Amino acid sequence: MLRAVIDPPAPAAPEGAASTRLRTRNIVLKIDGKSVLDGVTLDFDPDRLTVIMGPNGAGKSLLLRILHGLLKPTGGEVSWGGGPAGPPRQAMVFQKPVLLRRSVAANIDYVLPKSECRDGEECAGLLARVGLAHKARQAARLLSGGEQQRLALARALATKPEALFLDEPTASLDPPSVLMIEQLVKEIQSTGTKVLFVTHDVAQARRLADDVVFLHRGCVTDHAPAADFFGGACSPVAADFLAGKIVI
Amino acid sequence: MQDFAEAFTVAFGLVGALDADLVEIVVLSLRVSLAAMVVSCVIGLPLGGWLAISRFRGRGVMLVVVNALMGLPPVVVGLMVYLNFSRAGPFGWLGLLYTPTAMIVAQTILITPIIAALSRQVLEDLNTEYAEQLRSLNVTGFRVVRTLVWDARFPLLTVALAGFGRAVAEVGAVIIVGGNIDHLTRVMTTAIALETSKGDLPMALALGIVLLLIALGVNALVMSLRATAARYAYA
Repeated sequence: MLRAVIDPPAPAAPEGAASTRLRTRNIVLKIDGKSVLDGVTLDFDPDRLTVIMGPNGAGKSLLLRILHGLLKPTGGEVSWGGGPAGPPRQAMVFQKPVLLRRSVAANIDYVLPKSECRDGEECAGLLARVGLAHKARQAARLLSGGEQQRLALARALATKPEALFLDEPTASLDPPSVLMIEQLVKEIQSTGTKVLFVTHDVAQARRLADDVVFLHRGCVTDHAPAADFFGGACSPVAADFLAGKIVI
Repeated sequence: MQDFAEAFTVAFGLVGALDADLVEIVVLSLRVSLAAMVVSCVIGLPLGGWLAISRFRGRGVMLVVVNALMGLPPVVVGLMVYLNFSRAGPFGWLGLLYTPTAMIVAQTILITPIIAALSRQVLEDLNTEYAEQLRSLNVTGFRVVRTLVWDARFPLLTVALAGFGRAVAEVGAVIIVGGNIDHLTRVMTTAIALETSKGDLPMALALGIVLLLIALGVNALVMSLRATAARYAYA
């Protein structure tokens, strides 16, 4: 079923740094005896923004959780290039942001080292980057949906991730918030952070993706450069999905 | 009916004049119940936190036991503490029977399961929400408990106040282990029982009024804490 597999270039990570060349080998996940991911084998290019697409229930979020280490697969393995420094620093932004019952600034300070919290510069810089500097003292839970998601993204950035996982972070947000988050994600990718972005929004995938992984019923049907994938070089099921046909 | 009216008038007079006996009883009641609440929080909150985030064989049984202990009959607790602190009991050498300390021990036994069970529920609900995010942020072990307790501080204060309310209104256990000794172990509830049996309704009513005011005060505090929490969204 796999139409194309990208053969990524050799990792260009500096010596001693953790590799962000993520690989999976034959990942299987069974829930209550039912297979929800079946033989997922992928090589991710560390320099590309990867978008994972697929219809609802395809296993996108489960795969992302397995890649991030939140979920243990029933079988198979996830590896990070086998570098000496082990897995890279990772962070994840969830579809529904989970914010601590604290102020906006305190949510950032929570993950910053104490030395960086003290002067407040790092926190202020991150909040300015996501456009929330003026709300630093406000309760995080009183922010709008888009602001909460931007704060979750800023908190993820505070961990200085080398790999960033985003699980439909713009679902249910208004268009300006979606564009703002997409802009931030592109900026993050441009600084060398490996980004894996889950979405079932085709237009968003077109805007963001360097390469696309398409999942259907727990199997990878496509892994191709975005230009090829959206240019028609994709599996029939992916073509149906892109054409807006019902794919179950 | 006229006797009742007269009793109420005298009772309000005693409260208004801050009658020395009345004040002494009220102060002792508050001292005993607040001490029991603090000790119960020290034991019950970590126990609740541990039960909330840990998974082990027999956890379900332990939850059932802790929940069941919320309904401990006070007289049974009083009897158990009495047997342990009486001269022939294992802790008789401490000489604590008929002292405020024995009353604190009895009330602590009564309200610790309440605080543990309710805090477990509060912290488990929060942990369900936070668990995946905290793991993603690489937060583990004791820092998880610290985060949960801090972020659930308002509901946990409500839990502590619920424990205090139960303690201050309790009579069965403290009358057995305290003995209702004048100027030593007489608290509001035991004094009300005694004064009623003696027919001294004004004093019993005055104490009842104070007890009700405390109950109202505790509830008002709980409500204001909830309002504060909602206003600041726990920030």
